[in-house]
Amino acid sequence: MAIFSLAWKSLINRRFTALLTVLSIALSVTLLVGVERLRTEARASFANTLSGTDLIVGARSGPVQLLLYSVFRIGDATNNFSWQSYRDIAAMPKVAWTVPISLGDSHRGFRVLGTTPGYFEHYRYARDRQLVIAEGQPFADLYDAVLGAEVAEKLGYRIGDPIVVAHGASDVSFARHDDKPFKVIGILARTGTPVDRTVHVSLEAIEAIHVDWQSGAPIRGLSISAEQARAMDLTPKAITAALVGLKSKIATFHVQRAVNDYAEEPLSAILPGVALSQLWDLIGIAENALLIVSVFVVVVGLIGMLTALLMSLNERRREMAILRSVGARPGHVFALIMGEAGVLTLLGALFGVGLLYLLLLVGQPIVESRFGLFIEIGVLSAHEWKLLATVVGAGFLVGVIPSYRAYRLSLADGLSVRV
Amino acid sequence: MRPLIIDVKDLEFRWQPGAPTVLSIDAFQVSAGECLFIKGPSGSGKSTLLSLLSGVTTAVAGSVRVMDQALEGLGSVQRDHFRADHIGYIFQMFNLIPYLSVVENVMLPCQFSTRRRANALRRGDGLEAEARRLLHHLDMDHADLHRRAVTTLSVGQQQRVAAARALMGAPELLIADEPTSSLDADRRESFIRLLFDECRGAGTTLIFVSHDASLEPLFDRSIDLAEINRAARVAEAA
Ligand SMILES: Nc1ncnc2c1ncn2[C@@H]1O[C@H](COP(=O)(O)OP(=O)(O)O)[C@@H](O)[C@H]1O
Ligand SMILES: [Mg+2]
Repeated sequence: MAIFSLAWKSLINRRFTALLTVLSIALSVTLLVGVERLRTEARASFANTLSGTDLIVGARSGPVQLLLYSVFRIGDATNNFSWQSYRDIAAMPKVAWTVPISLGDSHRGFRVLGTTPGYFEHYRYARDRQLVIAEGQPFADLYDAVLGAEVAEKLGYRIGDPIVVAHGASDVSFARHDDKPFKVIGILARTGTPVDRTVHVSLEAIEAIHVDWQSGAPIRGLSISAEQARAMDLTPKAITAALVGLKSKIATFHVQRAVNDYAEEPLSAILPGVALSQLWDLIGIAENALLIVSVFVVVVGLIGMLTALLMSLNERRREMAILRSVGARPGHVFALIMGEAGVLTLLGALFGVGLLYLLLLVGQPIVESRFGLFIEIGVLSAHEWKLLATVVGAGFLVGVIPSYRAYRLSLADGLSVRV
Repeated sequence: MRPLIIDVKDLEFRWQPGAPTVLSIDAFQVSAGECLFIKGPSGSGKSTLLSLLSGVTTAVAGSVRVMDQALEGLGSVQRDHFRADHIGYIFQMFNLIPYLSVVENVMLPCQFSTRRRANALRRGDGLEAEARRLLHHLDMDHADLHRRAVTTLSVGQQQRVAAARALMGAPELLIADEPTSSLDADRRESFIRLLFDECRGAGTTLIFVSHDASLEPLFDRSIDLAEINRAARVAEAA
């Protein structure tokens, strides 16, 4: 024990270099554990881009493609499926609720999504968080639109502003539904999900703006005004996808099979959680690269400690001889340097974690509002403890090098230091 | 006659196998309580002899008995223990651990030897009190000195702190390797007299080594290393 109090006092004596070493280890630990924390939180949040929905149904396609267009608004559906099929799925006994989605139009680069008020009720993200209307209200009139937070912010829309929807994903003037303008009725709070980049209108409105259209172009000679359209039957003939909630999760695979085997039309049902993690694996290479970089930063931090300790040894040979003269064994000399390495690494790890929590406290609200990523400031996870233990273990291992060198030196020097 | 504290017989020593023999001593004895002066020019092997007596190195041949214990019969860990328990050591200079206070430096031997710790505690009320008592005896009792960084002390003060440390816990043997060589001439004698007082008071045997023969008259007995070391005569002849 005495030798560790010596190690401590020796470090205090060289506090400037010791502090620099601790700092470099601390920063590397902050980076490593921080990256790991971000990784898991981002993954969890991504996996929860859509939660609460048990199945997504679309025309037959691969799960990632269906996920991409129905949740991320990336790419287009190859096919829509009929309203009748949707009704059949909604009527399945194990189905608790369904929300239809109709995609295809856009507004100044943002996708327009036709749906029912049920969308705002059932859509969940980031571990069961509900969509919140920050301003205004959900649609009441046929030509009402509810904007995602980013749409409103980027385009500078306020409640009551008129907007014109364009046909298709590109915004070219001849394909605009400018005879039937919408009015902004609500703006959603930021979610950090693709919802932020979506213009929401009712399913009937999608039908209404297309009553006088066919095959992607206005029907020549036919013009039905916005008011006339109100009087028409606006039940959609087809939709792009449907979110499905089940009465019990146990039925998930049963219903999935029933949809996939649906006789009238080729359909696909996917589990959003599974498809999301498949997608994450595709784009997860970057996060691995980040982790590797932070591992290297830790290695650099530890090499810094190694250098500092090794460099101090020569000027400390006198000290070793004095210790030997009062009865210290070469083993004590080993323990002294080992103790210093241990203290440096442990302090580094401690300060690193402290700094991480400080950053989390400061950064959490910023990250949440900027990226919609909610980072939990809980205790260290088992995995993070393991990372820390690995760093500390590596620190001790690195400490063996100067300790062994000091041991050899003090054995050779004895009481007489010969430089 | 007083018992022998050191009894060296037929000692042979070289630093590495194949290196020249540094020491070759047929017999060398010291009685308990003696204050012995060993003189010899630089490089003659004085420090080497002291390493052997303190068990840091071991003889190639022959026997080194200290307090009736044959050092060559002990393992290296046991020899380190033996040194911690029974021997105080003073170097020529740089005796102090720079990151410890004066008092902490003096108490250091008690960290490695329970025996000296017990001795020190038996003498006074606590280790620190005993350290201060020794410092006081060695004319180092300005309260302020104890708190100063040891690196700010003068060489003479440092040597006195080193002496206090070597005496801490009343070891039987005090070995001083040219402790006065970095002191001014007028300080040397007063330092040696302080050492004598302490050693005689505690019954400690003092082995004092120096190349400076002018100190010789102060001691009970004096030995010229060259006279007992056959290796030196061989080297001279060569
Ligand atoms: N640790 C050591 N390793 C190898 N050789 C040494 C060591 N210490 C001293 N020597 C050699 O032993 C001889 C005696 O040195 P030393 O005992 O220091 O003499 P002195 O103390 O009388 O000046 C010298 O030749 C020196 O080079
Ligand atoms: Mg010498």
